[in-house]
Amino acid sequence: MSVRSATGGSGPGATVPVPYRVVRRTRQTPDTATLVVEPVDRALPRFAPGQFAMAYAFGRGEIPLSASGIGEDGRTLEHTVRAVGAVSAALHDSAPGTQIALRGPFGTAWDLARARDRDVLVVAGGIGLAPLRPLVHALLRDRSAGRSGGRLGVLVGARSPGELPFADDVEEWSARPGTHVAVTVDRPGPRWTGEVGVVTALLERAPFTPGRTAAFVCGPEVMMRAAARDLAHRGVAEDRVQVSLERTMHCGTGHCGHCQLGPLLVCRDGPVAGYDRAGPLLTYREL
Amino acid sequence: MTDSPGTERAVLDRDGLGALVRELRARGHTVVGPTVRDGAVVLDEIDSADRLPFGWGVEHEAGRYRLRPREDGAAFAHSAGPQSWKAYLHPQRLREWTADREADGRITVRAEEPARVSYAFLGVQPCDLRAIAVQDRVLGGGAYTDEGYRGRRARAFLVVAECTEPGATCFCVSMGTGPGAPGDAAYDLALTEVVDDGGHRFLVRAGSPAGAEVLAALPRRPADGATAEAAREAVADAATRMGRTMPGTDLHALMAGTLEADRWDDVASRCLTCGNCTMVCPTCFCTSTEDVGDLTGDHAERWRRWESCFDLDFSHLPGGPVRSSGRSRYRQWLTHKLGTWHDQFGSSGCVGCGRCIVWCPVGIDITEEAAALDREWSARTLPPTAPAEPGDARGRSPGRTGP
Ligand SMILES: Cc1cc2nc3c(=O)[nH]c(=O)nc-3n(C[C@H](O)[C@H](O)[C@H](O)COP(=O)(O)OP(=O)(O)OC[C@H]3O[C@@H](n4cnc5c(N)ncnc54)[C@H](O)[C@@H]3O)c2cc1C
Ligand code: SF4
Ligand code: SF4
Ligand code: FES
Repeated sequence: MSVRSATGGSGPGATVPVPYRVVRRTRQTPDTATLVVEPVDRALPRFAPGQFAMAYAFGRGEIPLSASGIGEDGRTLEHTVRAVGAVSAALHDSAPGTQIALRGPFGTAWDLARARDRDVLVVAGGIGLAPLRPLVHALLRDRSAGRSGGRLGVLVGARSPGELPFADDVEEWSARPGTHVAVTVDRPGPRWTGEVGVVTALLERAPFTPGRTAAFVCGPEVMMRAAARDLAHRGVAEDRVQVSLERTMHCGTGHCGHCQLGPLLVCRDGPVAGYDRAGPLLTYREL
Repeated sequence: MTDSPGTERAVLDRDGLGALVRELRARGHTVVGPTVRDGAVVLDEIDSADRLPFGWGVEHEAGRYRLRPREDGAAFAHSAGPQSWKAYLHPQRLREWTADREADGRITVRAEEPARVSYAFLGVQPCDLRAIAVQDRVLGGGAYTDEGYRGRRARAFLVVAECTEPGATCFCVSMGTGPGAPGDAAYDLALTEVVDDGGHRFLVRAGSPAGAEVLAALPRRPADGATAEAAREAVADAATRMGRTMPGTDLHALMAGTLEADRWDDVASRCLTCGNCTMVCPTCFCTSTEDVGDLTGDHAERWRRWESCFDLDFSHLPGGPVRSSGRSRYRQWLTHKLGTWHDQFGSSGCVGCGRCIVWCPVGIDITEEAAALDREWSARTLPPTAPAEPGDARGRSPGRTGP
């Protein structure tokens, strides 16, 4: 249901971070920025959409960050960081020219094979769009190159209009033929004319045939549970729904134990997992 | 007590044990073995077999540990002490790398070269031998390897001491890990201590080419029938004297099936969430990273230290810990040991050494908790009219097939 990476071993890139330089920084929302980074010297192996890096802010610490963009050359990476604590704030504030250091790619990737010639729903809550963005890029590439048929729906929820990440991308995607893009917010501002409410309400008008649909979902856990439940109601089976899980991570390599979710080591067996596997685990409080 | 084909069995006397320590040191090994210190049998670097705890046994009970003199002078008749070999193979704290930042902002990261120490562990009990094999899978058996661990492990020479004196908290038989060293286990030499009218001696067999080489260099005599028989009996007898038993249920299924059991509240009312059990457990491997900087701000270090899943920060997320209640943290520990370890690493995470029982300040007993969960589970999964055969619900696993 999810794709395991072929990387492994130890040393630079795996257990020891390699330097990357911030080449561009774009503000996404008041507390979120996207860093475009490129290797100072050696590049990490190519990331697949859904995989994450352990990103080190010098002297501050290291946190897991999904690849929110993967350069065509496989060298450039984008990470979109929401400042919520010391390390994420330091990375968020990294100006162009700053060196950070990365390890990876870690974890499972979105299973793109499941999307071939199917209707695809990409459902994101806030910053949850970050790991889904390279997936959308890949889906659009496949479809415009005629490698895949099926419709594409991108449903995004944000707390408020100002907190919608990747607003430019969302606008660009909605102009693509065969692509349905919908955005909703919890707290509309005075100038907001769009949808208000939870992201799952957007399923109502999304064009998809449940029996031949694959869904990719990332956001807060409650949102993912609600999305999977509503999709199931509409006939999209749990094994056709992939989610991206979040747990504390100190190593990324399956050795520190922090990222356990029952039987899963999320850094190894996730973050992307089929809802048939992840769903039952998310129903237990404090697992 | 199964022999690898073609391996010699020999008998060493006490002097032979002394020669073994000298031989291992001569081969460049740092020899670590049990010694007596501060009222406990603890592991330490030893330069002579005289440091071994000859004449000391131990008394174990839940929450209690005491040394006890032994008249027979045995050196390896003491079950699990407060430490395990993981302190050497998977050190409590170590530096992984250092990083420096130049004036122009350029970062250089240097991996720490692990010290090339080559240990010889003298007196590894079979349960602890299995614990090493369990950590081998966790730290060296996945896609990513802990190179430091792998190096220390690859260079280590393991001398097993088969268990002839289990403690009141031991249950290796239930876990299939002792008291004898299984024929398929990886070790270099295996000793069985025999003290009887025939004297104080050690039946020894090699488990590896390196072991055979060392054995060939020691003053020894061929194994005689009486010694071999006494050794066999001592181990067989130990198997009948386990102080504890784990329920015979499919524990993996039991753990998966009892996540909402009432028993978790019961144990949480006693558990202090101190994490002692995780520190003494020979298989617990969890670590946290610490990133430290110096005052200039241009030199940084990455350290790694043991961590316990009982620590509130263990499951830290920006929105708060995933496991804030004591109930959920004890449940994490027990279900990981006995259940999800199978999913993650293909074996049990418990080898039945009993340390977590002994060093629990309030005497929580892993075998008793598992038994209580088993009772609660059986009561729930058995239809009320089913025959009241004890053990009838054993192996019943809703939603699962096979171990
Ligand atoms: C697979 C994955 C992908 C992710 N992708 C993204 C992404 O693309 N973008 C994004 O913005 N976020 C992402 N996240 C979330 C992101 O990793 C967290 O927001 C980040 O770890 C927060 O760290 P922090 O130090 O900034 O803040 P906090 O978590 O609030 O931590 C504050 C401080 O607490 C301390 N601390 C943290 N953990 C511990 C601990 N276990 N024990 C003791 N002290 C601790 C540290 O000193 C830390 O700096 C992802 C998470 C995962 C698991
Ligand atoms: S859980 Fe307890 S009995 Fe089992 S290996 Fe760990 S310390 Fe020993
Ligand atoms: S029981 Fe706890 S400390 Fe031990 S390995 Fe499992 S999660 Fe880590
Ligand atoms: S992050 Fe360390 S085991 Fe998964």
